[in-house]
Amino acid sequence: MTLGTGLYDPTYEHDACGLGFVVRVDGRRTRETVEEGLEVLRNLEHRGTSGSDPETGDGAGILTQIPDAFFRREARDLGVELPPAGFYGVGVLFEYGVEEGRDCEGRLEQIVAEEGQRFLGFRDVPIEPGAVGRLARKVMPRIRQFFVERRNGDGDGFERKLYVIRRRLHDAVQDTHGGYVVSLSSRTIVYKGLLKGQQLPRFYPDLGDPAFASAIALVHERFSTNTLGSWELAHPYRYVVHNGEINTLRGNINWMRARESRLESPLFGDDMKKLSPIIQPGQSDSASFDNALELLYLAGRSLPHAVAMMIPEAWENDDLMEEQRRAFYQYHSALMEPWDGPAAIAFTDGRVVGATLDRNGLRPARYSVTKDGRVIMASEDGALRIPAEDVVERWRLRPGRMLLVDTERHELLHDEDVKRPLFRRRPYRKWLREGEIHLNELPDATPDGRPEPSSLFERQLAFGYTIEDLRILLSPMAQNGKEPDGSMGTDTPLAVLSEKPQLLFSYFKQHFAQVTNPPIDPLREELVMSLKMSLGPEENLFDETPEHCRRVLIDQPVLTADELEKIRRLGSERAATSTLSTLFAVSTGERGMEEALHKLCEKAESAVRGGSAVLVLSDRGVSVEQAAIPSLLATAAVHHYLVRAGIRTGTTLVVETAEAREVHHFALLVGYGATAVNPYLAFETLEEMAGSDLLEGVGVEEARKNYVKAIGKGLLKVISKMGISTLFSYCGAQIFEAVGLNQEVIDRYFTGTASRVGGVGLEEIEREVLERHRRAFGGVEDGPEELEVGGEYQLRMQGQYHQWNQTTIPPLQRAVKTGSFETFREFTRHFDEQSARFATLRGLFEFEENPIPLDGVEPASEIVKRFTTGAMSLGSLSREAHETLAVAMNRIGGKSNTGEGGEDPVRFTPDENGDSRRSAIKQVASGRFGVTTEYLVNADQLQIKMAQGSKPGEGGQLPGHKISEYIAKIRYSTPGVGLISPPPHHDIYSIEDLAQLIHDLKNANPAARISVKLVAEVGVGTVAAGVAKAKADHITISGHDGGTGASPLSSIKHAGLPWELGIAETQQVLVENGLRGRVILQTDGQLKTGRDVTVAALLGAEDFAFSTAPLVATGCIMMRVCHLNTCPVGIATQDPELRKRFTGTPEHVINYFFFVAQEVREYMAKMGFRSFEEMIGRADRLRMREAVEHWKARGVDLSAILHRVEAPEGEEIHHSRSQDHNLEKSMDNELIEKCLPALERNEQVHFSHPIFNTNRTVGGMLSGEIARRYGGEGLPDGTIRIDFKGVAGQSFGAWATKGLTLTLEGTTNDYVGKGLSGGRLAVFPSKVAAYEPEKSIVVGNVALYGATAGEAYFRGFAGERFAVRNSGAHTVVEGVGDHGCEYMTGGVVVVLGPTGRNFAAGMSGGAAFVLDEEDDFEKLCNRDMVSLEAVESDEDVALLRGMVERHLEWTYSAVAERVLENFEELLPRFVKVMPNDLKRVLRERQEAELEAVG
Amino acid sequence: MGDPKGFLKIERKPTPKRTVEERLQDYRYVYKPWPEEDLKGQASRCMDCGVPFCNTGCPLGNLIPDWNDLVYKDHWRQAIDRLHATNNFPEFTGMLCPAPCEAACVLSINDKPVTIKEIELSIINRAFEEGWVTPKPPPPEIRTGKRVAVVGSGPAGLAAAQQLNWAGHSVVVFEKDDRIGGLLMYGIPDYKIEKWVVDRRVALMEEEGVEFRTNAYVGYDPTTEELKGEFDAIILAVGALQGRNLPVPGRELDGVHLAMDYLVQQNRRVAGLPVEGEEIRARGKNVVILGGGDTSADCLGNAHREGCASVRVLTHGPKPPDHPGTLEWPDWPFILRTYPAHEEGGERAFSVAVTGFSGSDHHVEKMHAVHTKRTTEGKTEPIPGTDFEIETDLVLLAIGFTGPVRDKFLEDLNLGYTERGAIPAVSGFGTSEPGAFVAGDAKRGASLIVWAIAEGRKAARQADEYLMGRSLLPG
Repeated sequence: MTLGTGLYDPTYEHDACGLGFVVRVDGRRTRETVEEGLEVLRNLEHRGTSGSDPETGDGAGILTQIPDAFFRREARDLGVELPPAGFYGVGVLFEYGVEEGRDCEGRLEQIVAEEGQRFLGFRDVPIEPGAVGRLARKVMPRIRQFFVERRNGDGDGFERKLYVIRRRLHDAVQDTHGGYVVSLSSRTIVYKGLLKGQQLPRFYPDLGDPAFASAIALVHERFSTNTLGSWELAHPYRYVVHNGEINTLRGNINWMRARESRLESPLFGDDMKKLSPIIQPGQSDSASFDNALELLYLAGRSLPHAVAMMIPEAWENDDLMEEQRRAFYQYHSALMEPWDGPAAIAFTDGRVVGATLDRNGLRPARYSVTKDGRVIMASEDGALRIPAEDVVERWRLRPGRMLLVDTERHELLHDEDVKRPLFRRRPYRKWLREGEIHLNELPDATPDGRPEPSSLFERQLAFGYTIEDLRILLSPMAQNGKEPDGSMGTDTPLAVLSEKPQLLFSYFKQHFAQVTNPPIDPLREELVMSLKMSLGPEENLFDETPEHCRRVLIDQPVLTADELEKIRRLGSERAATSTLSTLFAVSTGERGMEEALHKLCEKAESAVRGGSAVLVLSDRGVSVEQAAIPSLLATAAVHHYLVRAGIRTGTTLVVETAEAREVHHFALLVGYGATAVNPYLAFETLEEMAGSDLLEGVGVEEARKNYVKAIGKGLLKVISKMGISTLFSYCGAQIFEAVGLNQEVIDRYFTGTASRVGGVGLEEIEREVLERHRRAFGGVEDGPEELEVGGEYQLRMQGQYHQWNQTTIPPLQRAVKTGSFETFREFTRHFDEQSARFATLRGLFEFEENPIPLDGVEPASEIVKRFTTGAMSLGSLSREAHETLAVAMNRIGGKSNTGEGGEDPVRFTPDENGDSRRSAIKQVASGRFGVTTEYLVNADQLQIKMAQGSKPGEGGQLPGHKISEYIAKIRYSTPGVGLISPPPHHDIYSIEDLAQLIHDLKNANPAARISVKLVAEVGVGTVAAGVAKAKADHITISGHDGGTGASPLSSIKHAGLPWELGIAETQQVLVENGLRGRVILQTDGQLKTGRDVTVAALLGAEDFAFSTAPLVATGCIMMRVCHLNTCPVGIATQDPELRKRFTGTPEHVINYFFFVAQEVREYMAKMGFRSFEEMIGRADRLRMREAVEHWKARGVDLSAILHRVEAPEGEEIHHSRSQDHNLEKSMDNELIEKCLPALERNEQVHFSHPIFNTNRTVGGMLSGEIARRYGGEGLPDGTIRIDFKGVAGQSFGAWATKGLTLTLEGTTNDYVGKGLSGGRLAVFPSKVAAYEPEKSIVVGNVALYGATAGEAYFRGFAGERFAVRNSGAHTVVEGVGDHGCEYMTGGVVVVLGPTGRNFAAGMSGGAAFVLDEEDDFEKLCNRDMVSLEAVESDEDVALLRGMVERHLEWTYSAVAERVLENFEELLPRFVKVMPNDLKRVLRERQEAELEAVG
Repeated sequence: MGDPKGFLKIERKPTPKRTVEERLQDYRYVYKPWPEEDLKGQASRCMDCGVPFCNTGCPLGNLIPDWNDLVYKDHWRQAIDRLHATNNFPEFTGMLCPAPCEAACVLSINDKPVTIKEIELSIINRAFEEGWVTPKPPPPEIRTGKRVAVVGSGPAGLAAAQQLNWAGHSVVVFEKDDRIGGLLMYGIPDYKIEKWVVDRRVALMEEEGVEFRTNAYVGYDPTTEELKGEFDAIILAVGALQGRNLPVPGRELDGVHLAMDYLVQQNRRVAGLPVEGEEIRARGKNVVILGGGDTSADCLGNAHREGCASVRVLTHGPKPPDHPGTLEWPDWPFILRTYPAHEEGGERAFSVAVTGFSGSDHHVEKMHAVHTKRTTEGKTEPIPGTDFEIETDLVLLAIGFTGPVRDKFLEDLNLGYTERGAIPAVSGFGTSEPGAFVAGDAKRGASLIVWAIAEGRKAARQADEYLMGRSLLPG
């Protein structure tokens, strides 16, 4: 697809994968190492994927040392005599366009010569095209190798020269020849392509050559969201393979570019100039990372040093971190921002091989060391099949930690060994002590500047302050230190369609993580988060001097006026500050603002060149004559101008603005380059409010503090929803999409930001400023000094338009009560009127008509089957409302959705009157509440909620007072105890994880369609393509405006996009990739009318979910108090009194849906579609309304939405075939077969079975089978027992139900016992293993996620997030990684050994017993929600002892044996972790009982 | 927001009133002030709705949830500002508005609405007590030099005048009567609004710079031409005082009067002013009031206070239901409305059609009537054979108004009339005469005071736009 015509943009492709390496510590180059590398690749194949052509993989590759003997022989055959090893380099070249006679030959020889080396010749790489898929062949390049002889310098110098040659060749041929240098080095070589792992050696016969030997084999198998695959995008890159995603990429690229002009390296000398741009444009995040790493490495840092700089540990908040380590990271944070995001990176320069994990450990990395000195690291254990008796160490990479093998020195180095020398390189601590100063340490200062010429009120008006800003935003922040929540969705116009002048901030929508990387929980995982920023210029990246860390530190970016003044007074010695005014004269007329902006940028440049280390952009001083450039515009303009001028890193931007007041504003300012913001008018407003006692007794000082705290918390939420941990790396990262700004504005001031529907230009932006200015200084005294009402959050007649309003709600309710279609039309007619048309993008569309008679059109009774109600949980809705929707949908053949709160099993059986209250769609969300195997098997569709329109990237919280007995029973929790849904699914940190969950669910219920719910944002189409490749049967694209029970207001307003953009992009990308036919596409988000459905269908949707409208039909009057439990019409409340007020009936809902269907039919008739299916994806039948007069809307251009992609031959543009889930290959088929006597006759079955890492979700299908036959009760304990031996793949024992026991002699990977529903698991290492079980890893990350019942015994360590969201399982383990028992609400966990950091974060129920022999648990445990107690009560002692006994019984654990032998002695060393909330409830209950007795 | 659960804890309380015995002795205001604690409790019942139907149900768009919350939190000062932001004269609406906001209140769906009107009145009363309501003359530098005439000093005219004055124009209000206020002054009885309340507001406006000319009957003095010559824009706020007549035999008899004629006289008497023309008095008489609306109730209250012998209130249509239908919310429901005047005595009857009057000495003695029924088409028809008579010596016709009085001024302007007799508006509040704008009852026919104020504000904005090219006035 050509860029700019549709919505697809390759920039937003994502990938993830499996990676690994095999290395010999002794450095011996062997044939076996290469073969083992290839075996690892084969065994990780399930982590990669293929697209529409099942034979074309997404990419695979291998990096090895240069096999000298092999190339010597090959070169000789070509008549080239190679110099000694190390004195020649081998390049691998992908050439495109060769058939047109264009290749790299001439250029290459010339460049090599110019760089003083000697070109030795080409070698055509032998290939076997038949080994790859059709699509891969279609885009296959010519693959050649070439040899370059080293003519001067040492080995490292030669590597640098080869780098220069490569960069120059890329520059030279990019446009004309299309050549890509895969690798060019005297040490390493890469073979890769658009292949599957197993195809690699077949495609490249070289790899099978007996002479092809290496001590290192680094491999990678790719899973990309798209299939418009490319050969280059396969890993390895020159130095790394990467699994994960760099979320801050845009910022990292900009910052690298910004510092390029200041780069100086004696090693490169003048060659430095030839390297620009360091980060080549248009590449993947991994490739960009590789570029930056390569530069740091070749400029003199060691690989581990450079990697530790780019992916630092979470040093900011870790009190346990030793000083030296922290100093190293803190010092380096002054040199470079982190490359933030989930990452497992393996790297090599041909001599050392290493790997590291991101600070939060969001990707798996397991390694084993063998007796004979091999180190095997891979995303999964078992990828290389090594007998247990050969393994001497079996461990995992921990968050932020590194592993290194030095093949020259023959050393295996663990994190401490690798990094200690780094920490000692320089006196970092001393330098920091001398160089850094914290803002708090600066002398106090008070601004003594000129007083403002205008009153507070005038300035509030000029900057668009509304009553709502004060009442709904500022005052809760000032009072509670927290951003306020709201509920239901947003139904106000997009900024570009709004009649009211909008702040520029409102044109931007926040991005968020979904599927390809996880959002973070900034509250429960606070230790990885940081708002720290610093002021001061950057020095040369390649140097390390004390000057590098001369800077002022701030804890968070919101500055008070006094704090700003401190900075202003820093003086030139530390950081000279210049203040630039962002005002412009109102009288200068139309282009006044543009000119002022230009001058501002020029002034900024000269200030920086003059040595200003801090630039303050200030809009102080607005008056009758002077208005302010929007602060965001000024900030972004200066930022980009300085980036382009190459001097950006010479200064820090601070914004002194009256405009910023809510979280979104600060996020934008920082996102576009500001380091700190002084929102002086917000502070002044708070002062006045406090002075007038409008803050309920909160004084000025406290209000200010609370406000800063609230903004900080909000910012953490904004960055964490994108999966970013540090504000520092968020700065300048531009993680936004603009909706309604024209390309000129974007290109000039917001370079690189997506803006896909055009919109307003500078002129309109200025007009909005001037309208507010006029309001402030226009000269009318109309009564009291009152601000505009706003009306964004709550409707006000004088304020912003809302689609749900006093003229739409009553007719809809009257229509469904009376059954009058005419009254319903009154409702829909409103949306065809002027005001409403300009509320949504779809309002701007018109249909191309070609009428047919109405009776020829598919009946409404068929159309309603495409309708579902949206995911609204029981808990957010009352039982009455929830069941009314279910009954209605079942009656009409549509579907209702459980939402994420589970479902009462009584609803699985129909009622006596024939009605069914069962929700056909069962949601599986991050909280996994009530997700039992029985729940899963009782669904027609299982929906994985990746994101929710109203708060994408965020979790949720159900406060204790809403958890009634009934809700608690269904959610497997305690009444009165609050529940938390984590922001991410802890089993989905990337796309291949999603594929795994889909596979898990499909195993549990093969008959159910698996749906994945996404939220519209730029790139959602590529994500959806990945989801389709991950084998989802159904994809929902939600609009940003969908409802919610409770979300922060800024999320409701500012995150996500309209579904029109999302569904159109998804349709375009899926069709283009040949994936459309495999999935059913659904949309939701404020769907109300037949017209909405029709537009959505034409853009590609075939299923439709409605939430708000059916609620309104049952009586909802958009109170927006769902989060307060006070719904006065009994819909969104658990209050028994209020629930009595519910008057909705299934008939109301049914009437509504039939009305909508009837309208759809009428539109179909007008357009000439007889069947609904014909209409799907026919964007050509839409056009933009003509003669749009609206002064802002007329700049909108919808052609990208209307762009239609030609489907590949034989491909439909709607759902037409099913996914191939490969379930027939599942080991469970065999297990079920063998278990038939148990399943059919309850006979006992016991057998053994081998297992490998490629056997995934073992036990899942069998458990589904048990639940289907025996419900939640399962089989009697001991009915089925299967003993496995080997290394199990992911999700071992998932969904295991009662009556099923699975034992495993060996080890497992991630997600063991996911959703455990009553079964028993035992995993223990082989008796012959050469390693010590209690010091080794036995289960991977995220074990027992969402377990509701059952028991599990693990002899050895578990990875990160053990028993996360456990709500019932009893388990024993001998050590756990970070975040153990996170969000746990029930069950019992015994840890007979060490724990990682952040144990029990968010734990509100259940109990944990930890054997704390090292006496450090207190520091490692997150005690925000739990208390630590001694194990004293008889009950507890018996429970603990019993569990340890069973652990011994099932795993032969030596630790258990020791504990039991010395039980009395060790008992005091046990700590009981008790959730405070649970304790409170138990106490209350006890008191109540006593009272009852007394 | 105040207390999210307030509505679950506290029930709606009726506004306290003086006893019937007490209030019949005088013409003082019927209601008693609320104790502050009660008021806060009532304010806490507001649910701060996402779609506040009260705000949209109020023609002024009063920011009801906002000031309910402010009252609940004791921020009276901010409450009056918020109230004044949309309503120039909250004391008028607080006393006189029938409160469509309360009908629209979301609590009306399945509970009882918030006592919005009383809260409004308490806010403004408190503000006057505290001295917060002060004249706010526009600064001299924003004076535009434009002159605007407002014809009619009822609520619509007053609202327009205040807004236009604030926008910097020089405003003159013309009133044909001797006192400013229109219906507020001489139409509505004192027990509903004591006249000092009107005077207080007028005085404030005078201090703000609005000029009032009483006894100035535009058309005569000044003449229409003079007016047009002197002013850059004109606001017609002449009301809809033409009472509907009842063309039946005997209508011409003495003792059969239009309600408004009675009410004006009565108000003048209460004010101690002389009345013009034939005295209409109810004292000692058997009074019949025809019609069931506000005017009818006003006659009723006056008649009781005068000491009538008996009084009956007869309505053409059937008796409305006691409770709204389920589909009516949030609209103004068709229900039987009981005003304080009804509590004070008198008989109410429905489905009565008057067929004529008879009497001697040109004075009415009997009213002849027949019972009616409502047909399925919604028409009201007499039921044959149900004729009856009522002895009476005073009949007051309170059966509606037919639009503005078609006086010389209107004839001169020649703007035409709508089907309902009102002055036709062109694109909003304009008329066929450039620079002339129409607002209130004159435009929409007899209606609520809240509409009059709302229209006065909107017409002012449009006039301001006309004069200045743009307007920053709200509305």
